[in-house]
Amino acid sequence: MTIEAAMNKKTAHIEPSAEELAEGVRLRRRKRLTNLAIDIFLVIVSILMLLPLVFLVANAFKTPAEMLAWPPTIIPRDPTIANFSAVLGETPLLRWIGNSLAFAVLSTVAIVATSAIAGYIFGKFRFRTMNVIFALFLATAIVPFEVYMIPLYFQAKSLGILNSVWGLLLGYLVMSFGIFLIRQNVIHSIPDELLEAARIDGAGEFWIFLHIVLPLLRGALGALAVLAFFQAWTAFAWPMIVATTRSSYTIEVGLALFQTGFTVDLGRLSAASATVLIPSILLFVLLRRNFVQGVASTGLKE
Amino acid sequence: MLKRKRFIFAILAILPTLAIFAYVRLYPIADTLRLSLYQWNILSKNKPFVGLANFRELMGDHLFISALVNTTIIAFGVLILTIPMALVIAALIFHRTRSKMAGFYETAVFIPHVVSLVPAAMAWKWIFDARLGPLNALLDFFGLPMQNWLFDPVLSVICIIILCSWQALGYAVLIYIVGFKNLPVSLYEAAKLDGASGPQSFWHLSIPMLKPITLYVSVVTLVSGFNVYAQAFVLASDAQGAPGRQVRVLVLDMLENSFRNYRVGYAASEAVVLLVIVLVLTLIQFSMLRERGKA
Repeated sequence: MTIEAAMNKKTAHIEPSAEELAEGVRLRRRKRLTNLAIDIFLVIVSILMLLPLVFLVANAFKTPAEMLAWPPTIIPRDPTIANFSAVLGETPLLRWIGNSLAFAVLSTVAIVATSAIAGYIFGKFRFRTMNVIFALFLATAIVPFEVYMIPLYFQAKSLGILNSVWGLLLGYLVMSFGIFLIRQNVIHSIPDELLEAARIDGAGEFWIFLHIVLPLLRGALGALAVLAFFQAWTAFAWPMIVATTRSSYTIEVGLALFQTGFTVDLGRLSAASATVLIPSILLFVLLRRNFVQGVASTGLKE
Repeated sequence: MLKRKRFIFAILAILPTLAIFAYVRLYPIADTLRLSLYQWNILSKNKPFVGLANFRELMGDHLFISALVNTTIIAFGVLILTIPMALVIAALIFHRTRSKMAGFYETAVFIPHVVSLVPAAMAWKWIFDARLGPLNALLDFFGLPMQNWLFDPVLSVICIIILCSWQALGYAVLIYIVGFKNLPVSLYEAAKLDGASGPQSFWHLSIPMLKPITLYVSVVTLVSGFNVYAQAFVLASDAQGAPGRQVRVLVLDMLENSFRNYRVGYAASEAVVLLVIVLVLTLIQFSMLRERGKA
């Protein structure tokens, strides 16, 4: 009885007055307005970030006359695909894309394989030797590729693999960060008890790795694969020095050298660039979650 | 016995990766350090040991000095432009994290970071183009004087900074969003009860709490800024097929010394300078983090 009375009293007390109601409405409206302002700002930022790429794609569909028009147009008045057919007919664009694809796929396979094995060993076999090797891997991770690519070039040369996809691959076989990422995942998501149980059941070490460890690492390996693929796909300095014949260019090198030629045709250049950009943007949008997971984990290195 | 068996498995499993790693990382890194002390002209057979002569020559090489100055300006320019913008954009995206648009914002800001460098640089080259580009058209529209963006030595460095920042921004935003997600919610609720406004808690709570992330993103941005090459190659090359004549950067100078002037030892000493810069930046990051840990 007393409790009920107290509760009644409390609800009566909480009952908002007209003024308080108006205050709440005003606060809510203010909050909605702030959110609206933030949304408008973010939409503008997003559009500005995408605008250069939109320009590029639009230019790819312009006629040569419109390309030279002043002031420049944003949306082509008279869209044409002549630039695409010209660029596909006159340059080995598809060949370059093929080279880049082969390079990126092979590099992804190599990086995923080496990172999976090394990450597992460093995560679960904590012998002193292994810790020393891991420290070595980590210490060299700080050294940028550009620092040691010239000696690496001479190694590729002595192997006789310049101007081939194998030469490109030589620079992108391992990724210190990949090993680190997988090691973190092994430590956090594979319990020792699971491995011990399998060992007691008589499973071999290699069987355990294939049938227990790999399936548990699928998510992390997926994220790493996406990172590795884009890393090789967008590589520039290394392909630039290793692939120096027209038929061995990657798409990045091909485009960069194409644009320094004597007759620069902006329309065709844009068409070639758009041909490369559109599939990679689509791929990124499809794999966004994997990618974001992988990149976000680079920030948790400390 | 069992432990020994496991040890043998670990060694056998790590061996192929270790061998590859030694061949494509350790050896070339060591070779860079070694070559920097030698005078090696690709064409001649003998490589005399010259001690620190390469480094001494670098000090007086005006091409190297201008490359070093340009690269430093670019790296710090990108840093100054990127970090504050990324922090604000990440805070706002995080604030709207539950709205349907959050995924779109994240994707839009991040796309420039993943697209290939050369096509993206191509897009900017047109924007900056003095005769045809929309940037000059915009200036003209507002009655401002048009600029020769890519041919003026100062303006072309600014163009490279803008291009690099456009690419670096997405990464920084993404890392900051992760940082915001890891901040304790209770702290913000307490601040709100004490009457702190959104901007106030951003300034007095978020920024100090995100300091380790800011440090990390800054170092990553600086290091990639010091390795700038493709952007300068595409933007600051003229139509005559003379790439990179306008803006010299370290990597370009290094590759030119090695492959155009055939001076590999000299180029290696430049690589060592680049390495020292990166090491110093990383050490600063670690020592600042440790200081924070003690406090």
